[in-house]
Amino acid sequence: MKTNTLFPRADIIGFAVLAVVIFLLLPAVLDSFRLNLFGKYLTYAFVAVGLALCWGAGGILSLGQGVFFGLGGYCMAMFLKLEASTPENTAIQSTPGIPDFMDWNQLTALPWWWEPFYSLPFTILAVVMVPVVFAFVIGVAMFKRRVGGVYFAIITQAFAAILTILIIGQQGFTGGVNGITDLRTLWGWDIRTDEAKEILYYVNGVLLFAVLFAAQFVRKSKLGRLLIAMRDQEDRVRFSGYDVASFKIFIFCLGAAFAGIGGAMFTLQVGFMSPTLVGIVPSIEMVIFCAVGGRLSILGAVYGALVVNWAKTTFSESFPELWLLGLGGLFIAVVMLFPNGLAGIWSEQIAPRLTKLISKNTNPATGQGAPAE
Amino acid sequence: MNKMNDKFLLRVEGLTVSFDGFKAVNDLSFYVEPNECRVIIGPNGAGKTTVLDLICGRTKATDGSVKFKGQELLEMREDQIVHAGVGRKFQTPSVYEDLTVFENLELSYPKGHGVFGALTFKRDEAVKSRIKEIAATIFLDGMLEEKAAYLSHGQKQWLEIGMLLIQDPELLMLDEPVAGMSVAERKKTAELLNRIIKDRSVIVIEHDMGFVEDIATRVTVLHQGKTLSEGSMERVQNDPKVIEVYLGH
Repeated sequence: MKTNTLFPRADIIGFAVLAVVIFLLLPAVLDSFRLNLFGKYLTYAFVAVGLALCWGAGGILSLGQGVFFGLGGYCMAMFLKLEASTPENTAIQSTPGIPDFMDWNQLTALPWWWEPFYSLPFTILAVVMVPVVFAFVIGVAMFKRRVGGVYFAIITQAFAAILTILIIGQQGFTGGVNGITDLRTLWGWDIRTDEAKEILYYVNGVLLFAVLFAAQFVRKSKLGRLLIAMRDQEDRVRFSGYDVASFKIFIFCLGAAFAGIGGAMFTLQVGFMSPTLVGIVPSIEMVIFCAVGGRLSILGAVYGALVVNWAKTTFSESFPELWLLGLGGLFIAVVMLFPNGLAGIWSEQIAPRLTKLISKNTNPATGQGAPAE
Repeated sequence: MNKMNDKFLLRVEGLTVSFDGFKAVNDLSFYVEPNECRVIIGPNGAGKTTVLDLICGRTKATDGSVKFKGQELLEMREDQIVHAGVGRKFQTPSVYEDLTVFENLELSYPKGHGVFGALTFKRDEAVKSRIKEIAATIFLDGMLEEKAAYLSHGQKQWLEIGMLLIQDPELLMLDEPVAGMSVAERKKTAELLNRIIKDRSVIVIEHDMGFVEDIATRVTVLHQGKTLSEGSMERVQNDPKVIEVYLGH
């Protein structure tokens, strides 16, 4: 009988390799500027892992994950902005003590819904709960009515457009197209220094692993197998006695929670949040991270986010106008040639050859093949 | 609410469904007793499969009532109907191809059907032994780790029957369970069905008259969405109306 442990051997190796890459390899070879960049890339990995569950396992394609990333990011940015807007720092404003963009937009008092963001515990809760509540509302409205497939994708895309327009339009409350900038300290701790950025990189890594463990738990539970069943035969699942909508809502909310955490870590590491990170284009890019990494694999999603973002930085440094074409080409190539992405190349091409190699080179009595790096 | 002394397990009354004005099922009534095996026969397009779709909630009825143990099924969701004790096998084998035989049966095991139930579901000994027991019944005990996609057509049919059995429904609905099977598979399936229809009510759609004769308690002949004739196999076979529209050719 097949045992169904949480971590089969191959997954342990995969997690360990990723831990080595994130916690040892990258910090060792990158200077602090580049390390911060990779920290930023890894915040997208949170979204990609959520998409691997929603889309890869459950077949729910959301083209609006930027919404949840943005909501998490904005919650964190609001807290940081309030902390940066002390009366002393903002003494030259006509209303000191409120964020600068509000003053520029002739607001004379802090809106009531900004008030709770003076509290860090509330903010941390909001980073997760605001995206989850929003996803829950969308999920109930869509999945209970059995809206799915391409219609769902289009509607989520519309939400990404709506939120961007809303943020840009409500300049006085949101900072408009510039976003929320000039963030300085977290509970008095300056987040702009190199040391702070390095610490935030590690915090980000630890949180990413927490999210990966949660995703692994879901994937290996009966719910994970149910998602696969739903993807292939949604109708049949109902006749196995499951309310399909509630499972879709759950996984969509979980993906939103992951994305929210990623967004908050983005704000902390990059030092601002803006509507350009929320809209349609970033939302589609997030799907590409997941597709390139391999939408069936949560670890693949992390590598996808890293590789695509690294390529984006590298290529747009040298050929800024060609990058978008390159990204499109990459997406087409992955879909046509490697539908299971990097993870598929690994598990279908490299891993079998590696196992052959290892079993040839090691004494079967000891059976110890060195895990490949 | 619950009619304790109801003689019938299932009461279908005045059931009607209209697709853009076309009445696929038209004011249909029939009653199924506990432990009865009811076979529905009829020419193509008579509305046989639609009747099953209506009972299990896959298609919404335009009018009428379907009461199962006193509960109105027409107001319930598909999964609620399953939990009430109605199981359905589809005409084309529908199993989860990306999952193994074991996992297919496990998903049908009647436990952990809520979100958190599914998250915390444990594959304990009771689950494993029940799955093994069912797998043996459906001739698949040697193939538990096989992906369902690699099963033959007949084996997929058996697996789907197994997925129903593990739910242990009080009312089992089978849509052409032996269609498309080889002679050998057909014989094995007939034997399997004969074993599993004991101790529960069954509604079967089938064309194979030999098979029908073998299992039916009562037969309902459908024609153009209505009951043409109903009764024992012998009675139905000698009904001139039935001979004219169905058996005669």
